[in-house]
Amino acid sequence: MTHAAPLVEMRNISISFGGIHAVDDASIDLHEGEVVALLGHNGAGKSTLIKILSGAYKRDAGEIFVNGEEATINNPRDAKKYGIETIYQTLALADNVDAAANLFLGRELRTAWGTLDDVAMESETRKVMGRLNPRFQRFKEPVVKLSGGQRQSVAIARAIHFNARILIMDEPTAALGPQETAQVGELVKQLKDDGIGIFLISHDIHDVFDLADRVCVMKNGQVVGTARTEDVTKDEVLGMIILGKCPPGAIPGPGAMRDAA
Amino acid sequence: MSDATTHAPADRARASELGPVARFLKATELDTRMLGMVGALILIWGVFHVLSGGLFLTPRNLWNLSVQSSSIAVMATGMVLVIVTRNIDLSVGSILGFVGMIMGVTQAEIMPAIIGFGHPAMWLIAAFVGLVVGVSIGALHGFIIAYLGVPAFIVTLGGLLVWRGAAWWVTSGRTVAPMDATFRLMGGGPDGAIGSTWSWVVGIVACVAVIVMLMNARAQRKRFNFPQRPLWAEGFLGTLVCAIILGAVAVANSYAWPIGIVRRYYEALGQEVPENAFIAHGIAIPVLIALAVGIAMTFVATRTRFGRYVFAIGGNPEAATLAGINTRWVTMKIFMLMGGLAAIGAMISTARLNAATNAQGTLDELLVIAAAVIGGTSLSGGVGTIAGAMLGAVLMQSLASGMILLGVDTPLQNIVVGLALVVAVWLDTVYRRRIG
Repeated sequence: MTHAAPLVEMRNISISFGGIHAVDDASIDLHEGEVVALLGHNGAGKSTLIKILSGAYKRDAGEIFVNGEEATINNPRDAKKYGIETIYQTLALADNVDAAANLFLGRELRTAWGTLDDVAMESETRKVMGRLNPRFQRFKEPVVKLSGGQRQSVAIARAIHFNARILIMDEPTAALGPQETAQVGELVKQLKDDGIGIFLISHDIHDVFDLADRVCVMKNGQVVGTARTEDVTKDEVLGMIILGKCPPGAIPGPGAMRDAA
Repeated sequence: MSDATTHAPADRARASELGPVARFLKATELDTRMLGMVGALILIWGVFHVLSGGLFLTPRNLWNLSVQSSSIAVMATGMVLVIVTRNIDLSVGSILGFVGMIMGVTQAEIMPAIIGFGHPAMWLIAAFVGLVVGVSIGALHGFIIAYLGVPAFIVTLGGLLVWRGAAWWVTSGRTVAPMDATFRLMGGGPDGAIGSTWSWVVGIVACVAVIVMLMNARAQRKRFNFPQRPLWAEGFLGTLVCAIILGAVAVANSYAWPIGIVRRYYEALGQEVPENAFIAHGIAIPVLIALAVGIAMTFVATRTRFGRYVFAIGGNPEAATLAGINTRWVTMKIFMLMGGLAAIGAMISTARLNAATNAQGTLDELLVIAAAVIGGTSLSGGVGTIAGAMLGAVLMQSLASGMILLGVDTPLQNIVVGLALVVAVWLDTVYRRRIG
C-alpha cells in the first residue's frame, strides 16, 4: 500500500435525522487501487455515511479530504467533480428514459447548437455497454423494461464512464443472480487494477470478503473497527458486525465494545 | 447478464415472426398510441358528419374547430411538462383570465393615454406585458412549489381563486373592449388569417422541413452505423406527413370569406365586386401560433437538456437529484413556462372575443388537463408528448363543437365530455397494460 495521501479520507463524520445519530463520529479512508468493504447490519449507518460522500446528504460535522486536500461536497454535482461516482442500491435510474439518457443524465452531450446530441450519446452508450454487457441491444427502450442485470449494467456504465477515481457500490449484488454477481466481482478487480478506489457496501460479509483489501465495520452509526482482510477471519468480522467486538488484528474505532479486561 | 424476458417486446422480435401490420409498424416506427388517437378523432369526426347530415366535415367547421382549439392546445403543451413531473396546474384558466384583463387594460385604457390610440406598437406592448405577468405568476407558483415545498395541487388551487379574484379586481368586474386592431389578428376571423397564397407558402415550407428532418435523421444514424428505417418506410412517412399538411392547407383555403366582408374589401379598394368573388381565409393566425408553440415545445421537450430533465424527474425524482440535477429550479422553470403559455392562451382568447372579461378562461384548466391526459400524459408522471396533448385538445373541441352542431343541450354536452375523458383514460390504461 502506498503511503501517499489517501484518495479519500472522511474524518469524524456525524449526521443525525430528527435526533437519531445515523452516523456518529465515523472516520474511514480509501487508497488508490484499494477495495474497502463497509460492513454492518441494515441500519448500521453504512449507506448514510456513503451518501454523505456522494453528496446526497449534508453532514452535520466532520471533514472530507480528497487526495489530502479538504473537499467541499454539498450535493451530488460536487462529488462528481472530485471523481466520486456511486452505484446506488436502488440503482437510481430514471425508469422512463432509455439507457443513453440515463448514462448521461446530468452530463448530457450537446451539439454545437446546445441541443442534446442523442446520436453521439447513443454511440458512446453502445461502446461502454459493449464492454460491460456485449449482448445488450435494447438501446431504444426505457430502462424499466430491462432485466435486473441489464439495469445494473446501465448503472455501472454510468458510474465508470466518466473516469471515476472513487467508486461507491452500495449493495451491488443484492438484486443479482450468481452469474451476474461473479461478473460484478470481475469488474471490481478490473477497476481496482486501473487504480480506482472502491467502497463496497454490504450487509453480507460473504459477498465482499474475498474482493476487499480492508473491511470497515459499522454498528449503530459508529465504526467498530477497521482491519486488513488478511489479518482477520470471517468469523472475527462477523463478531464485529454482530457484537461490535473488535479482534486483535483490527484497529478499533469509537464503536468498539469496551473490553472489561 | 441475460437478455431473456418473459415477454419479448415487438421491437425485439424478428421481422419474420411478425404479421404484416406489425411489420409495417416496426418499419415505420409509428407510435401506435398516437395512431389510436388519430383513429378516435377520425371516428368522432365521421360520426358527427353523418349525424349532422354532412355539416361537420366542411371547410368552415374544420376551420372554426382549428381556431377554437388553439388556446387550449397552447396551454396543453405546458401542462404536459407539469404533469410529467407529477405536478398539476389548476390555475391556468384563472391566469388566462387575469393576464387577459391586464392586456385588455394595457391596450384599451393605460397605453392609449400615453402613446395614443391605435399606435402600431400597441399590440406588442400589450403582448409583452401579458407575457411578463404570466411568467411572473408562474414563477411565483413554481417558487412556492419547488422551494417552499407546498404541493402543486394546493398552490395552484389557491392560484385558481386568487387570480380569478384578481381578474375581477382589475376593473371591478367591468368588461374591457375593444382590443387593438393588430392585437385582434391573433384571434382569427377573416382578417386574422393569412390568406391562400401565404398558406400555401407555409404548407410547402413545412413539407420541405419535414423532408429535410427525415433525411437529416437518416444521415445521423448512418454516420454512427445505427439501424435505420427501410427506405420505403421513410418515403411513406414523408409522403403521409406532407399530404396531411397540404390537405389541411387546402381545407383552410377553401373556406371563403363571407360575402359581406368580400364586398367591403372591394369597396375599400374602390373596385366593383366581381362575379363569383372568392377570397379564402387560409390558415388562421391563432392556429399558426398554436402550431409554432407546439413545435417549439416539442423541441424543448425532446431536444434540450431542460426537457430531458423534466422527463427524468418525472420518471424518478430521487434518481434525478442523485444525478446532480437541480430539480427545484427545473420545477420552477416548468411553472414559469406554463404561466407564459397561459399568457399566450390569453392573447388568443381575448383577441378572439375582442374583449377582456373577468370570467374568461373559467374551467379552461380542466379542459387543458383533460387534453393533456387524453393525449397520453400519465398522471403518475414521466410519460407524455406535446403532439398528443395538442391532438387531445382538438379531440375535446371536436366533441364540444360537434354536439353544438347537433343541437345537444349544454348539460348533456358536459356529460358526454366527462364520460369521454374517463373512457379515454381507461382505454389508455388497458393499452399500457397490454402493450406498454
